[in-house]
Amino acid sequence: MSLYRIPLLLLLILWLPGIAQAVLEIRITEGREGAMPIAIAPFGLTAGAPPPGEDLAEIISTNLYRSGQFSPLARNAMPQRPTQAQDIQFGVFRDRGMEYLVIGRIQQSGAERYQVEFELFDTLTEKSLAGYAIPSTRAELRRTAHKISDLIFERITGKRGAFDTQIAYVSATRSTTQRQFTLQIADADGHNPRTIFRSTEPLMSPAWSPDGQRLAYVSFENRRSEVYIQTISSGTRTLVASHPGINGAPAWSPDGRRLALALSKDGEPNIYVLDLASRQLRQLTQTRSIDTEPVWAPDGRSIIFTSDRAGNPQLYEVGIDGGQPRRLTFEGRYSGAADIAPDGRTLAFVYGDDGRFRIAALNRATQAARMLTQGRMDESPSFAPNGSMIIYATSEQGRGVLAAVSEDGRVHQRLLSQEGEVREPAWSPFLR
Amino acid sequence: MKVFLQLLVLLVSLSLLSACSTLDRSRKDATDPIPGGTTSYDSGTATGLDGRAGLYADPLNDPNSPLANRVIYFDFDRSEVRSEFVNTITAHGRYLAENPQIRIRAEGHTDERGTREYNLGLGERRAQSVRRMLMTQGAREQQIEVISYGEETPAAFGSHEGAWRLNRRVELVYPGTAR
Repeated sequence: MSLYRIPLLLLLILWLPGIAQAVLEIRITEGREGAMPIAIAPFGLTAGAPPPGEDLAEIISTNLYRSGQFSPLARNAMPQRPTQAQDIQFGVFRDRGMEYLVIGRIQQSGAERYQVEFELFDTLTEKSLAGYAIPSTRAELRRTAHKISDLIFERITGKRGAFDTQIAYVSATRSTTQRQFTLQIADADGHNPRTIFRSTEPLMSPAWSPDGQRLAYVSFENRRSEVYIQTISSGTRTLVASHPGINGAPAWSPDGRRLALALSKDGEPNIYVLDLASRQLRQLTQTRSIDTEPVWAPDGRSIIFTSDRAGNPQLYEVGIDGGQPRRLTFEGRYSGAADIAPDGRTLAFVYGDDGRFRIAALNRATQAARMLTQGRMDESPSFAPNGSMIIYATSEQGRGVLAAVSEDGRVHQRLLSQEGEVREPAWSPFLR
Repeated sequence: MKVFLQLLVLLVSLSLLSACSTLDRSRKDATDPIPGGTTSYDSGTATGLDGRAGLYADPLNDPNSPLANRVIYFDFDRSEVRSEFVNTITAHGRYLAENPQIRIRAEGHTDERGTREYNLGLGERRAQSVRRMLMTQGAREQQIEVISYGEETPAAFGSHEGAWRLNRRVELVYPGTAR
């Protein structure tokens, strides 16, 4: 090989791993003290079976780590790598300070088919807390690891896990001329991204239906804002709002039968409710201000939205049958784009003051608000379906990226995209 | 005289070409209205400005006409038209009044600060205030379609006032002109 080829080869070598990686990559930027120590031993493989291509124990460890509630043992610090219950020496794990131990096995049950077994142990009592056998396929192994993570999380914390869920987001090229907008769906850990819609005109505001089967979003494909509903599995799209003026901010009712929207067909944007079966439209707010960004309370009885009726944008709540909206936020010069926790107790919203925009949480009972993030351009908060984390959009070196923060504000992580701008994340509901 | 005109067209085209390439070197697509060839005197010159009905027959293409200015800029979080843009809007309003067959789009935009859907509302508010001013000059309501893009299609990238002030804008888009 001649010398001048070396730089090219080096470039290729540096570049190739980038292709193999997921488009989104997670980096924990700030962890939490007092997280639960747990060891996930590498899963065993039945003799003679071809390697499955996924490291399940690694996926589970990463999931539990980024929840902020666990502190998984590094693999190279593992004192023992048991795959069967009778081989476990609990003492060596206790010596490492581990309170829990997970072991597992992958058995081939056919061509491309596997049976994944795992057991969760309490290292003090040396008792099994949970054990499952999950059928899987080569293509579904990552998802199986997410399901196992959910089972471990729920057994130990008492809270349902949200690892086997997805995120939708908008990706955009950073150019004023070569514009490309895509609507994407990825696993909650950023892996396995798929483009479900592509346009040279802007896409905005993806919103999951409560059954996780459809997305509502805003598209400018006809050079004006319109609201579409797209069935994810088939790709079928339905135009649901194309009135004069703004058609924006779709939000599904908890029963999935109605869509709240911001429409400006009668002047300035107001909140409307569209019945999806009858196509009947009902106006919920009547002002000459900007009323937008509706989100439904989990009981479906009220809608929280942004309005600048008092001058600056602030959050308000209105009953589903209308009436006088009640103001919810009073501090700062900007409060908007609220999402509500699944238990209805907390609002996450964009708080703007001193020239920066951060994600804040409002406790609805105490009225106390606190900052969850410390960015300059943080926006679009969206709760995980178990309420444990909030995903949002932020900027890193001037580029739009996604980030997540635990609901207590103590664990921070970035989902790093390799190109373009990534924004407007929406966390899916629990999936079946 | 004819030679002089051709020379003028060439100079204007070349300056447009260079301005274009300075602003944006990446733009090469087929929809670009500026002809790509810079070496050919004939084909490279006449198309860009003189394609319709002679030099500046259309005042929209006359760089000395106030109609050549089609972008109105706004202050942060405001939708009132600044005094420096009143003449521009007045000229467009009169032109529309004199040409009732012409229909335009008033496209409202914001900078990146604030939430996206709220900015859709703010962009619309800006475009509406421009439309109202156009109508006081005699333009008819149905001649002006108001569209808001909010912060979704910035004219400049960057998280600083230098980019933000270029993004808080209303663009008047005539049919057949580049956006």
